[in-house]
Amino acid sequence: MSDHLLTVEELRVAFRTEEGVVQAVDGVSFHVDAGEVLAIVGESGCGKSVTGMTLMGLTRSPNARFDGRVRWGEQELLGASDEALRRIRGAEIAMVFQDPMTALNPVQRIGKQVAEQVRAHTDLEQGAALERARELLERVGIPRAGDRLRAYPHELSGGMRQRVMIAMALSCDPRLLIADEPTTALDVTIQAQILEEVRTLRAETNAGVILITHDLGVVADVADRVVVMYAGQIVEEGTLDELFYDPRHPYTWGLLGSIARVDRPRPARLPAIAGAPPSLLAPPRGCRFGPRCPHRFEQCAELPALEARDGSEPSHLDRCWLTPEEKRAKRQVGGQIGLEAA
Amino acid sequence: MATVDSTVRAGAPVAPGADVGPPAPAGVGPYRLGLRRLRRNKAALAFGLLFLVIVVLCLCAPIYANDVAHTGPNANHVTDTVKVGGVTKDVVGPTGEPIGPTWQGRFFLGADQNGRDIAVRLLYGGRNSLEVGAIATLITMTLATLVGIVAGFFRGFVDGVLARILDLIWAYPVVLLGIALGTSLALGGISLGPLHLQGNSLLVPALIIGVVYIPYVAKPIRGQVLGLREQEFVDAARVGGAGPLRIMWSEILPNVSSTIVVFVPLMVANAILLEAALSYLGAGVQPLNPSWGTMISDGIRLIPSAMHLTFVPGIMLVLAVLGINVFGDGVRDALDPRAKVRLEEHAEEASR
Amino acid sequence: MTRFVVRRLISMVLVLFAISVLTFLIFQAIPNGDPAARLAGRTSTPETVAAIRKSWGFDQPIYEQYLTTMKKILSGEVISYAQQVNVLHEIEQDLPATLSLAIGAGIIWLALGVLFGLLSAMRAGRFSDRALTVLALIGVSTPVFLLGAVALYFLAFKASIFPNGGYVPLTQDPLQWLYHMILPWLVLSVLFIGIYSRVLRSSLLDTMHEDYVRTARAKGISERRVLLRHVLRNSLIPIVSLWSLDFAAVIGGGAILTESVFNLHGVGQYAADSIAQLDVPPVMVIVMLGAFFVVVLSAVTDVVFALLDPRIRLTGR
Repeated sequence: MSDHLLTVEELRVAFRTEEGVVQAVDGVSFHVDAGEVLAIVGESGCGKSVTGMTLMGLTRSPNARFDGRVRWGEQELLGASDEALRRIRGAEIAMVFQDPMTALNPVQRIGKQVAEQVRAHTDLEQGAALERARELLERVGIPRAGDRLRAYPHELSGGMRQRVMIAMALSCDPRLLIADEPTTALDVTIQAQILEEVRTLRAETNAGVILITHDLGVVADVADRVVVMYAGQIVEEGTLDELFYDPRHPYTWGLLGSIARVDRPRPARLPAIAGAPPSLLAPPRGCRFGPRCPHRFEQCAELPALEARDGSEPSHLDRCWLTPEEKRAKRQVGGQIGLEAA
Repeated sequence: MATVDSTVRAGAPVAPGADVGPPAPAGVGPYRLGLRRLRRNKAALAFGLLFLVIVVLCLCAPIYANDVAHTGPNANHVTDTVKVGGVTKDVVGPTGEPIGPTWQGRFFLGADQNGRDIAVRLLYGGRNSLEVGAIATLITMTLATLVGIVAGFFRGFVDGVLARILDLIWAYPVVLLGIALGTSLALGGISLGPLHLQGNSLLVPALIIGVVYIPYVAKPIRGQVLGLREQEFVDAARVGGAGPLRIMWSEILPNVSSTIVVFVPLMVANAILLEAALSYLGAGVQPLNPSWGTMISDGIRLIPSAMHLTFVPGIMLVLAVLGINVFGDGVRDALDPRAKVRLEEHAEEASR
Repeated sequence: MTRFVVRRLISMVLVLFAISVLTFLIFQAIPNGDPAARLAGRTSTPETVAAIRKSWGFDQPIYEQYLTTMKKILSGEVISYAQQVNVLHEIEQDLPATLSLAIGAGIIWLALGVLFGLLSAMRAGRFSDRALTVLALIGVSTPVFLLGAVALYFLAFKASIFPNGGYVPLTQDPLQWLYHMILPWLVLSVLFIGIYSRVLRSSLLDTMHEDYVRTARAKGISERRVLLRHVLRNSLIPIVSLWSLDFAAVIGGGAILTESVFNLHGVGQYAADSIAQLDVPPVMVIVMLGAFFVVVLSAVTDVVFALLDPRIRLTGR
């Protein structure tokens, strides 16, 4: 088996608050290989962003507690020293954030911000670093890159700002890119362009990509493998085809079923998953999706393990007690995959 | 929550590192939550108690004067003598030196150069200072809330006029305005229609201090109302047939109430300090009425020989203001949902 | 950009006018009081009062009174009847002391306020932060004249480390000037250091959680650089604007209390003495000019900030 680029084992992140301990990430394990795009999908509050940030040690709240292992090559990242992490950040692992409007320093010029990252990891002088910044801006498709170096963030459009973020992320040829909802704050046409950038990046440099999103359309566009998170845990994991054509968890059915389809007649109501995500202060015993699941039965009182339940596909894991036959039957609602109303 | 702009000295607490936090348990409003948080803040409660104790002591001034010290705040005992530890001493020595603390019923904390009992003056002065502070705060909060809500709600011309007036008063440095008004009103008092105030009435400094601080509170409230006004629940009320007065009373006012509550202790502290400063200069509480500020100014000249004249009222003043300040900080922390700083004391050993 | 500057300057002029009117009204037009008697002060004779009434035009309509008053003030003709001196001359003589106090204290409180605010934020939650917060709270709760009196008693009178008040002009003896100014500087600064360190601390802590700081860390730059170039620089902007307002206020009259305690013979002390004797003309002139100064400085600061902050400079907003 080839060595994975990044291996995450039993990652746990908890926050101590006035009301108690919030277990935001509860035993998450996955891996990313070079040249592949792993999508982490889930709704707000499921723990996907916290996972992404913790990988690089960016979860710095003083009341956070960590557990588990994050292996990058030979190094253990969780609990590593600030200096060790600093050398990796921006150079070997880079991150692109959700809101380009607030992610850039408003009173510093673009060129300087990109050059700053370059100079943090190389010996280049300011002039040379700025030249490299210009090359990067060109590479991500920003017109008149030379002029743009002296621009301030508020002078650029949202799409342009996100391209600048990507340029910064690429500046030191990272081997892994973590993109946290990179297109959520942008409109659809720009979204397509940004995703194209991600594809190009992967093709040109064979970097791995972790794409964190709640948008299944984005997932379908670029992902190779998908991990579905719910209430701090992974509920399903598999290749893109496995997930879209053979989903094995009711939550995934709900997600797929709630996509508005252009190729079907308009439904009377847009299907949605009933109920709300559980409080992470006191997650339900047993299967966490249980309270919202119309297919719940007695065994669901015990938390299922994340494992491959159909022997022929070792890469496809899920957390649901239903038998494979039951799953195939129950996920058909009105002729397509979905979650029937409870 | 309380949108206090950067020119307000209110050092607001801090945003959390990750905003993962469950919603509050159902049915508990922000005030109940705030009260719970406040109860956990031992320091704030302790200092609030300190302030309360001082207030109660000062309110008991007449009791102390009659039953313990047997004298009034302005009664001169220059030629009297008092027995201390078996020795008879002059209340005011031949060189004008007043007696220090006797730790007895009479002249417990000593006398001043006019032979007046310091302890009695301290309590009466405290009563005056606190009274001025309280009335001033009342004036400020009432008028500022009124002006802030009306200006923010009606906008347009009304707001234009009111905001300009607020800016004008605020452009005037607080101390200067206080001095101007204080000096001007000290000699002749003021009469506006039916309202006649003598120059040495306590209401004069209270009025001055109250008015001077109106913009300090009105501007943030106005800012908050301007924002609230745009929200849907105001439109909903209007569509439901509510008139502007009703909307301001039942929709807007409850939402700015926490800002108001947070401001009250701050204003009391500011008012007490400004009163002390103005009285010290002579533009505040006028003589015959004692106040901590006038006592300090009386005592400063005699510091080398009789430092208790300055220190005694000074310490009381600092304790009172410190008490209300720390308590006020606690109130603000309790009502501000972003105040997660307290948890950092538990998280010393956190990973980063 | 020029549009912004022009608008700001026009607004400044309007405010100056309004302040002059307000000051005039406060001193000359309060109901129930004879403005002439007020101006004459405590020790006045009926002849003086009548002469004042004529000279200042109190029998004229109110707008004429206003014009007369303004003319007298701006041309330096106002005299104190109780002291028989020209107010503006006195002010000119007292100005160096006030400026010495304000500028020295201003530098100290800005530097120390920023330093303590930075330390508090970096060690947020730990003992040193709590200790600094307590000190700041005490500083904010202590009136400056009390602190001055205490400082004088212990450090000057008892311990003789510092002189017992008084002012020595810089031009006369720089070393003595410094020696006499240190204690007043520190005392005046204490209040502001308390306030500024808390404001900066909370501003820093807020900024540290801004998205762009997270980006900066993700870029892999050193923590020190993140703190200095991203967090501090952005947090300082509101602090400096606050500082200029406070500095103006100190010159404009906040120094009154400190000067009178330390006997510095500055403009503030002149005002304080005049107030104590209810000698109105100097108070009126000082208040008016002080307020003017604050308004002008505030406008200048706004313009300078517009020049510095690229967001305003480029969009004119």
